[in-house]
Amino acid sequence: MWIDIIEVLAKGLTLVLVLSGCAAYMTLCERVLMARMQLRLGPNRTGPFGLFQPMADGIKLIFKERFQPAGADTLTYWLAPAIAAFIAFFAFGLIPFGPSFEFMGREINLYIADVNSGILVILAFTSLAVYDVVLAGWSSNNRYSILGSIRGTAQMISYEIPLGLSILSVVLAAGTLNLPGIVEAQAERWFIWTHPIAFIIFVICSFAETNRAPFDLPEAEHELVAGYHTEYGGLKFGMFFMAEYINILLVSAIAITFFLGGWRGPGDLPVVWFAAKLAVFVFFFMWVRATLPRVRYDQLMTFGWKILTPIAIANLIVTAYFVLV
Amino acid sequence: MKLQIGKFMSMLRGLLIVLKYAFKRPVTLRYPEKKRDLPERSKGRHHLTKWADGLERCVGCELCAIVCPSQAIYVKPAENTPDNQVSKGERYAADYQVNMLRCIFCGYCEEACPTGAVVLGNDYELAGYDRQSLIYTKGMLTEEKPGESGFDPNREI
Repeated sequence: MWIDIIEVLAKGLTLVLVLSGCAAYMTLCERVLMARMQLRLGPNRTGPFGLFQPMADGIKLIFKERFQPAGADTLTYWLAPAIAAFIAFFAFGLIPFGPSFEFMGREINLYIADVNSGILVILAFTSLAVYDVVLAGWSSNNRYSILGSIRGTAQMISYEIPLGLSILSVVLAAGTLNLPGIVEAQAERWFIWTHPIAFIIFVICSFAETNRAPFDLPEAEHELVAGYHTEYGGLKFGMFFMAEYINILLVSAIAITFFLGGWRGPGDLPVVWFAAKLAVFVFFFMWVRATLPRVRYDQLMTFGWKILTPIAIANLIVTAYFVLV
Repeated sequence: MKLQIGKFMSMLRGLLIVLKYAFKRPVTLRYPEKKRDLPERSKGRHHLTKWADGLERCVGCELCAIVCPSQAIYVKPAENTPDNQVSKGERYAADYQVNMLRCIFCGYCEEACPTGAVVLGNDYELAGYDRQSLIYTKGMLTEEKPGESGFDPNREI
């Protein structure tokens, strides 16, 4: 009993620490990468190759003045960043990072929770991410914030549907909602080969779900100052920032688990393969951000409802037909 | 439909172009450590040059001050006397000031100068902690020895 709790706590602590570190260094990675794509050098002053830059940024954020705009709703204003960070961390508890192994006579699974209907829980929690956008925008008593949060809500709800539908086709093929079970089902062939359309839809929707370019309308710098987190500063802003990067990691991890065989790969290097696939996805996110301009709001909605959703439904029906027959 | 596919392909092409640029050499320099090689005739701070025999070229005609579009130059002329022969003409500049805060480095002063006294060098790192230090006086502008600022002391205009 106690040892179970200790195991879960140890795994959870490791996960939180690793994810925070990853999020911090993703900011540096993104800045350097985008700089190189724009023929610049990027941050290289703090430490060797600028490696201490995330720490400097973190220290700066921690020591900023605590600030709250006049007329803000105090409780929700303080709650919103916490929700953002919590949801981003939480869903990671279900992702299997590798097969189970023996450690000091115990079988240790490389995931924290083995939920029978894991996909459902993940989808439910990624949908909850709308709440931090709504609450942050509404509580900060700022027009730009509320505009950003309205856009964000509409966008995230619209793209949740094709996202869920594309995952459903994988669920149909795997015959289980359990994440380790889905990784198990990809032992022979990754689902990206049998469900390429679902994979493409999932990737497009994951860009919209994480509010990243080219779907970064909720925080469009050029029109809305910073969208729903305009009025946030210091570590509260840092929470939103970290949540954004952890969300990128999360959708990448989900995509890997559902379509790219999870931790499977040639050789016996499960966690290494998972990390490598994650790195490729993160690179793709940054690459797209450096390339594509932001879409217009009506284009975003048209694309989501008139193109992605019908394609996702058609894809689901075809998959269901092949699974049944 | 064809149009949509064309748009999609152009997106992919854009991605590839951006990726190609990631492997190019950045145009940014690590500035204080590495400096750009300036073209020989790029315009930086001013120098007041001398003839090869050590006499000042400036004859105090004030043409540079007149032509200066930002009125950055102040010349205070004085008469040469037999026991105080500073330049080859009748007059010389008793004081010569260039306000580096006003100067736009257009080089008109260099073009207007009948004796080639004032020239623009390559030094562009001009910064100071207060306004006073950025008004360059005659002592700061005049070269110590002829040809020290990199211009041929024997050149004719």
